[in-house]
Parts: sequence; structure tokens; C-alpha cells
Amino acid sequence: MTVNITLLAVMGVLVAVGVYLILERSLTRVMLGLMLLANGANILLLSTGGAAGLAPLYRSDIAPEDYNDPLPQALILTSIVISFAVTAFMLGIIYRSWVLGRQDEVQDDIEDRRVRNQSSFDAEDDTAIPVETTEFVPEDADERPAGKKTKQRGSR
Amino acid sequence: MLVVLALLFLVAFVAPWIFRKIGRSTFYILAAVPAAGFVWLMATFDRYTGAEQGALAGAPNAPPSETIAWIPELKLELAFRMDTLSAVLSILILGVGALVLFYCARYFKVQDPNIGPFGAQLLAFAGAMFGLVITDDLIMLYIFWELTTVLSYLLIGYARNRLAARRSALQALMVTTFGGLTMLIGLIMVGQTAGTYRISEIMARAPELVQQGMLIDVAIFLILVGAVSKSALVPFHFWLPAAMAAPTPVSAYLHAAAMVKAGVYLVARLAPGFSTTAYWDWTVLGLGLLTMLAGGWLALKQFDLKLILAYGTVSQLGFLMMVVGLGNRDGALAGLALLLAHGFFKATLFLVVGIIDHQSGTRDIRKLSGLYRSSKPLFAVAVIGAASMAGLPPLLGFVAKETVYETFVHEAEKSGAVGYLLLAGIVIGSMLTFAYSARFVWGGFAYKPNVRKTAFTPVPPSFLAAPAVLAAATVLAGLWPGPADKAVQPYVTLYEPDGAPDGHLALWHGLTPALGLTAVTLAVGYLLFRFRGQVGSFQDRFSGGLTGERAYRGIVGVLDETAVWITGRTQRGSLIYYLFVILGVAVVTPISAVILLDPPWPDSWVLADSPAQLVAGAGIILAALGAIRANKRFLAVLMVSVTGYGIALIFALQGAPDLALTQMLVETIALVAIVLALRSLPARLWLRAPGGFKLLRALLGVAVGGAMVVIAMTSMAARTQLPVSLEFPSLAYDDGGGANIVNVTLVDIRAWDTFGEISVLAIAATGVASLIFVRSRGDKRTRAAGVASGSVDRITELPQRHGDKAALLTARRFATVAKETWLVAGRTLAPERRSIIFEVVTRLLFHSVIIFSIYLLLAGHNAPGGGFAGGLLAGLALTVRYLAGGRVELAEASPVSAGFLLGAGLCTASLSAVVPLVLGGGIFQSAILHFSLPVFGDHKFVTSTFFDIGVYLVVVGLVLDVLRSFGAEIDERSEDQHPIPHRGRPHEAPEPVEEGVAR
Repeated sequence: MTVNITLLAVMGVLVAVGVYLILERSLTRVMLGLMLLANGANILLLSTGGAAGLAPLYRSDIAPEDYNDPLPQALILTSIVISFAVTAFMLGIIYRSWVLGRQDEVQDDIEDRRVRNQSSFDAEDDTAIPVETTEFVPEDADERPAGKKTKQRGSR
Repeated sequence: MLVVLALLFLVAFVAPWIFRKIGRSTFYILAAVPAAGFVWLMATFDRYTGAEQGALAGAPNAPPSETIAWIPELKLELAFRMDTLSAVLSILILGVGALVLFYCARYFKVQDPNIGPFGAQLLAFAGAMFGLVITDDLIMLYIFWELTTVLSYLLIGYARNRLAARRSALQALMVTTFGGLTMLIGLIMVGQTAGTYRISEIMARAPELVQQGMLIDVAIFLILVGAVSKSALVPFHFWLPAAMAAPTPVSAYLHAAAMVKAGVYLVARLAPGFSTTAYWDWTVLGLGLLTMLAGGWLALKQFDLKLILAYGTVSQLGFLMMVVGLGNRDGALAGLALLLAHGFFKATLFLVVGIIDHQSGTRDIRKLSGLYRSSKPLFAVAVIGAASMAGLPPLLGFVAKETVYETFVHEAEKSGAVGYLLLAGIVIGSMLTFAYSARFVWGGFAYKPNVRKTAFTPVPPSFLAAPAVLAAATVLAGLWPGPADKAVQPYVTLYEPDGAPDGHLALWHGLTPALGLTAVTLAVGYLLFRFRGQVGSFQDRFSGGLTGERAYRGIVGVLDETAVWITGRTQRGSLIYYLFVILGVAVVTPISAVILLDPPWPDSWVLADSPAQLVAGAGIILAALGAIRANKRFLAVLMVSVTGYGIALIFALQGAPDLALTQMLVETIALVAIVLALRSLPARLWLRAPGGFKLLRALLGVAVGGAMVVIAMTSMAARTQLPVSLEFPSLAYDDGGGANIVNVTLVDIRAWDTFGEISVLAIAATGVASLIFVRSRGDKRTRAAGVASGSVDRITELPQRHGDKAALLTARRFATVAKETWLVAGRTLAPERRSIIFEVVTRLLFHSVIIFSIYLLLAGHNAPGGGFAGGLLAGLALTVRYLAGGRVELAEASPVSAGFLLGAGLCTASLSAVVPLVLGGGIFQSAILHFSLPVFGDHKFVTSTFFDIGVYLVVVGLVLDVLRSFGAEIDERSEDQHPIPHRGRPHEAPEPVEEGVAR
């Protein structure tokens, strides 16, 4: 099928700029990047419908090939509204992050960094166990790791 | 047998409730279940032993079997079959199970809060074990196998406040699951090769399968890895002694009588057919012998009674494995006899240890002294158990061991050096067994000169009953081996007769070489015990070195470190890093495919469909690039909006009026929403310098964009078929009853897609509302009647420029009109916020726009429009109302809440899907109704319009949610942050001007 250079170029630029923007830390720019990506995807879909044609409003004297392909159109229509919903959701996130942290930025996950730096020593796995020769130890003998004590006591 | 199986699980399921009602005595009820099963088993025993063991289901004299189809497509079925081997194992599982549960009723504390789940798990374990031995399907076997593993994990970890219990439970789980998974691979290989997962059929076809060579050899080896790990053979033996952290009844049942026998069972099950495969002898006989010797050696070093038994069990399991895995008639007979004997005496001894621990508070043989005088019956029971273990006549252990010796003497005569080696190993192992049996009795009961006599509370008879019954069985079966012989003999027939006369279990075989070996065993064993001090110091010279435990810890440590390392490398916690990886892969994969596979390239090109398209495209590209450069927030937003409007233009030019309309509406509403949401953020886009890697990001962006272009070109060039949508016009018009093909596609041809989409819309809307309102959906409306005039959205921070200040004061000087004029809630807005012209225009336009939106909705079936466009237009009308009259006006304009709209929309759409089903059609089927009205003439109504109404409602709900959240709620919040200052209490310093405002 015939390839439309303009549409492809527009799509390519929208995607490229979209990607560039979502790789930023500023949440607002990330949102804009997503909007551009969605627009790019819509153009891509549109270009698969072939050359410009008649609006897909049925008239019995028009051959099916003469309409602009209605299937990509239906897909794009869905996509437009969904991207609006995504944008709205992003706005919610941006607002919340601003209210809570006065930040409009994608934060690094500190927990992940902590995981990277942790040692492989685990008290549960690696501490020495005293030799026990009876099951009937006094009730207060408690070898739970210090951190978990309070939590487990509640569930007991 | 299925009744017994079901009963075990069912009672286990309700056990915790019974425990809550009647406490510890529930164990008696639980014990009754396997006991009943045992009685049933004994009553029907002849049916299993009387059958022809190898016969398949359907053959005249086949063992009883039951099959329930489960997932025939996957060849999964619930197949059960009870032959002699299963029945013998069931004796141990049900019999010992009942006794152990009975024993538990005295073992645990009355007020122990955890015995409910514990009892349930123990009984469920009995069920899983019973299922394991009676199932006739490889996959079911695996399921029951892992079920026992998991239950064993829970039971070992019973004392969850003890580190030792938790860690050993986990260790046992890891080791046996590792084996189990390995086994699963083997099982699947066998099942696929054989074309059936029915064990009895596989065994019947074993000779032919073994011919396959390598494949089956490996498969059987993998299965044996599972068996070896479950039965705690070297090198997996270490988990069993560690598992002694379990309560002693658990050790008696799982780690002596039942679970560890699962591996032996599997070997016994496979041996008649597969003992000739390549790796069998090395695995079963080699590891078995090694385990027997290592276990016996280590048992002699222990000071904890329970550990003596644990290592003894390891040793005996190796022994058992060798005998049943030998793969001939004698071995089969001896192996099964030994299996029974071991189950009886080892469970007895564990229960005895439990009583000692319970009554004296220790199991350390260095602290125990003089117990033989404290409880004579207990001592008697222990001696019987230990003697059977040591192989003393006239007990069952002796009978079994005699048969084993007999077997291996024959084997040695037949196969020479290897046979003699095995025989020697077994004799040495038995000497060690005698020595640690003696050590057990001596350690537990003897009077030791330097140790104070241990305090010991008397043992109630009901506590002693369970081990006593087992001891009695050991004695009786030893004196009269006839019934035991009858029980195990049929299993032997699974092997081809080898010419030699069949062996029998008997107390007295005459003066045979085996008897001589027994005498030697006893003598050397006694010497080992007699000179235990010397033996101990000799053993101490070999301490240290690589143990299985240490290797396991090492492997787990390396795994931990690798996991941390990999997680640290990949899980950076940076979204940007992840995106780089994802997008990089998204570029590299398709592009390499393009390079490697050389796909077709398009052969016809066109620059643009029309000059206007070219212009619009250029505009979009410029705006997109502008969005990168823009450093002010709203400028960047505006640039993105321009691309959106440009795309609307392209849609219009391309012949897509619906898209153009929708895109325009969405772009407008989105712009309003963005401005509303971001108004509290600073104007500058970057609070600090934008992150680095600018070039890298740009490169990746270009790469992704380029990749997308290449993908688009190649996939368009690859098209060979006519588009499916060529059918759509006639489908839409003739079947869907609408001329607007796109709309009919949405509401009829591809209604499922649209249904999914509006669900997403409802979720997103709710998400937005909950992000802003946090605590609830905030569907409560504020009515205008309760709001003071001029109170909404007052400017609280005075403008700096003099002119603005004057304008504000002028605006405020106008008194607000109490009576509503143009908008319902216009008066509530602060005077400086009001625009009369805007209010008037809104008043005039609003209803027309709403009417038009409904027209779009209804006409959308035949003309551009539809639920999406209509809903968005209605949303736009609400937006205008909000902008003109403030948040109270918005509340007045929306008589129902956004949540209600979303719900009603989804409901309508669902109904339009389901109602046709009720009326006898398909889901989402539409009907065309023709009717005529007196004045309006003939009409056609298509029922899919209802679906479109649902779409309309959801879209209005979404827009309303966006307005309420980003508009109304943020207004209210910013007012809360700057409360309207009251007279005489200035809010902040520079506000004296505020004082003079006429209110």
C-alpha cells in the first residue's frame, strides 16, 4: 500500500519528542510526553487506514474502498478518549505530589537503593542457634529477631 | 478408599473449630479418623493382596481402582489404585497416624493456643500421605508429594517463636522442594514418552520404555533425585536432623514412619520396571550405602536422644533404599518387611523420647540418669523398640534384617565383588545400628555415676499407650511373621521369578550364613558400644570438613548474594533508568528483526495526500519541537495542545469527521483541566536544572521515533490481504442499522472494545477523584442556597501593582446582588471574579449546548457524533458553567453526582449487553425497531443506541469528575490555606487595605 511520508514524519517526530519528554524528571513534562506519544500513536493508526478518502458515512452508491478506512478510525476514537483519561490521572498525580511534597518530579525509590546496599547477612538465616535438647523451654524464651518482636507479639 | 481420603481432608478442614470448642481432647476425635481408615484397610486387605498386582484397571483380577476425569485435555485425571505396596504403606500411614494423634492429646499443653491449626495440619498430612501412596497418576503423585512438603514445613515450624524451628522448617522446605521440582521434570519426561500419566500403565510398559535409552535413563535419575531428597539420603541428609526442631509427635510420624518413606515408596514403585536404567544402581545403591554408613557414624556422636534417632533414621533410610532398590524378588520382600519394621520401631522410639522430654524436661543423655527405675513400662517399651532396631530376635526388626542379609548373601554369590561390597557395607552399617541403639537405651535410661538422678513425673497410661501398642505390634509380628509375610508377599510378584525359590519372612531360617553375619553384627556392635569412650575420641579426630549442612548454607549464601547483586544492578529505583532499558529493548528487538529478516519495503510513496496536510504536519512538528524548548509550564502545555489541534485538522482532511470532532473537544477540555490542575504549581517548568543525559535522551528519542517509522513502513508494506474493514460499510448499514460506520463499529461491531474502554474511563475518573479528594469520592454537593454571596474565590493576596489594586477595590465596592440574576450561583462568586458578560453568554448557551450534545448522541448512529462526542460536548458545557459561576455553580449544574453518572453509564452499557441475552439473542446483539408516530412520521430506532447512551453518561461523569477535582476541590483547598480574614484579625501583615472592603 502507498506510504504517506508526511504522516510518518509527523508520527516519528511526535514519538521522538514524546520519548525525550518522558525521560525527564519533571512530572509535567512526563505528562506532556505521554500526550505526544498518544498523538503519535493516533497518527500511526490513521496512516494504516490508507490515503485520504470519503468520510465513512454510508451511502449505497459508494464503493467500500472509497471510504477512509473506518476500523482505524474507531480505534483512534477510543484512543483519544482514553488518553484524556490518562492525562487527567497524571494531573491528579502531579497535583498530589505537589501538595504533599512540593515536588513536581519523578522521585527515585530510596527503598531500592537500600536493597542494593544491604549486606547478605540475614539474622534469620545466619545467626548461630543455641543447641536445644528439649522442646519444653520456659515461655519467655524468645529468639525472634529484634525488629519483629513488637509486630508478632500483637498477633499472638 | 476415596471416602477415607476425603474424610481425612474434610475433618482436617473443620478441626480448628472443634479445637476451639472442646480443646485438646479434639486429638482423640482426629485420631478416630485414621483409625477408622485403618480398620477399613484391615477389613478389605485381602482385596489388595489377593489381586494380580500388575494387572491394569479393567482386567479381571486387577487391584481396586477409581478414576475421576479432571482435565481430560491435559490428560489429568484423579486416578487411584490400591495394590499391595500402597496397602502396606497405608498400614503405616493410617495406623501410626492414628496412634500419633492419640498421643498428641497428652503431649501438648491444654491451653496451647496453636494446637488447632497444628492438629488440622497433622491430619491433613495423613490425608496427603495417603493420597500419595494410593494415587495412580504421576501428576497427582507430584501434587500430593508437594502437599506433604508444605505441611511438613508448617509442622516443623510449629514453634514459630523459635529461630531453630523456623530455620529448619525453611531448610527442609527448600531441600525437598528442590528435589520435588527435579522430580517433576522427570515425571513429565516419563509421562510424555509413555503417552500416559497412569502409573500402572507406565509400569506395564516399562520394558518397552527402558528401550528408549538415554531419555528414560535421565528421567528416572531426575525422579530419583526427588526420592533421595525426600528420604534424606546423602547429600541431602542434613535436613532431617535439623527438622528435629519439630514437636516430637511430628518427628515420629513425618520423619520416621510416613513422609521420609515417600522416597522409599517411589523407589519401590519404580524398581520392578526401571531398576535396570543406567543411573539407578549408582543412585539408589551407592547413595543408599553411603547414607547408611554416614548416618550410623553420626548417630554415635550425638548426645541428644532425638538426634541419635534422627541420624539413625537417616542411616535406616539409606538401608531401606538399597534393599527396595535392589530390583529383585528377595530385595522386594526384605525391603517391604524392613519398611514395616522401621515404621513401627522408629515411631515407638520417637514417642518414647517425647515422653522423656515431656516428663523430665531434657533429652540430653549427659543429663539423664536412672530413668529405668522411674518408669518401668516406658523402659520396657523403649527396649523393645531399640532391640528391634538393633535386629535382636524375636522382634520384627530381626526378622526383616535376617531376610535382608539372606538377600544380599544371594546377591553377593550371584554378582561377585560389588555384591560382597554391598554385603560388607550393610553388615558394618548394622553394627553401627546396634551400637547407637544401645547408646540410645543406655543414654536415656541408664544410671550414670556422675549424674544426679533425673527428676521424672510419672507417665499416665494414656500417654504411654501409643508407643506401647507399636511395641506390642513389633513383638507380635516378630513372633508370628506369617501375617506380615502374607501382606508383603504379593508385591514380590511384580518381579519376574529368577529361578531361585521364593523367600519368606520367618523367625528361624536354620543355620544360614545370614545367621552367622547376625551373630558377628551383634558382637561387633556390642564392642562398639562397650568401648564407646574410645570410639568417641576416635570419631572426634574426623570432625569438621565439608558437611551437607555447610554446603547448603554456602549455596544459599551465594544465592542470596547473587540476588542482592542482580537486584542492585537492575532495580535501580529510577524510573528513567527503567524506561531507558524498556525503550532500548523496544528499539533493538524490532530493528534487529528488520535487519536479519529483510522484510518487504513499500514500493509506492506519496509526500502528502494534500497540501493542507503537509502544512498541518509541519505545524505539528514545529509545535512538538517547541514543547521541548518551552521553559514555562503553560507554554509547553500550549505547544502540546497545538499538536493536538493540528491532528484534529489532519483527521478532518483525511475523511474522519468523528475523529476531528472528538479530538477538538478533548483537546479543549484537556487544556482547561491542565490549567486548572497546574495553577498552583510554579510557572517555571524546572525547579532545578533539568537532569543530565540530554544527548542520550535525545538519541533514544530519535531512535524510538525512527524505529516506529521503520516498523510502520515495513508492516504496511507487508500487507497482503484486503482490509477486513471493507466489509464494515455493509455490516454497519445492513446489520447495525446505522450510516455512521465508525459509530456503528464502536457501539455494535466492536462493542466489547468500547465496553472495556468505558470501564477504564470510569476507573480513571474514580482515580482522579480519589487522588484529589483522598478520603472519599466527594460526591456531596454544596447547594447555592447555603453559601454567602461573594464568598467564593476571593482574592486573598493583594496584587502588587497599583492599578490592579485599585481595580480589585473597585470591584469589591459593588455590592453583590442577593437575588440571582443570570446564573443560579453567580452571586456566590467573589465580586472581583465575576464577569457579567460571561455569565450572560453562559446562560444563553448552556442549554442549547446540552440539547446539541444530546442531538449528537442520538444522531451519531447516522451522522458524525455519537456518545463520545456528545458526552464531551456536554462536559464542555459544564466546564463553561464552572468557569463562569464558580464551584457552587458547577454543583448546581450537575443535579446528580459524577459517581452516579459513571455507575449509571456502566449499568446502561451492561444492560444493553445482557438484555439481548435474556431475550434469546447474543450478547450485545442489536435490533432495529421501526415505528411511526402521529406527528413525527416513520422512525427507525436501533437498540445499540442504549449502549451509546451508556458511553455518553460515562464520558460526562469523567469530565465532571475532572472539573470537580481540579476545579472545585482545588479552589476550596486554596481557600482553606488562605482563610478569608475576619475584621480585626488580619491574616498576614500587608493586608490593612482588606479592612475597608464593603461586605
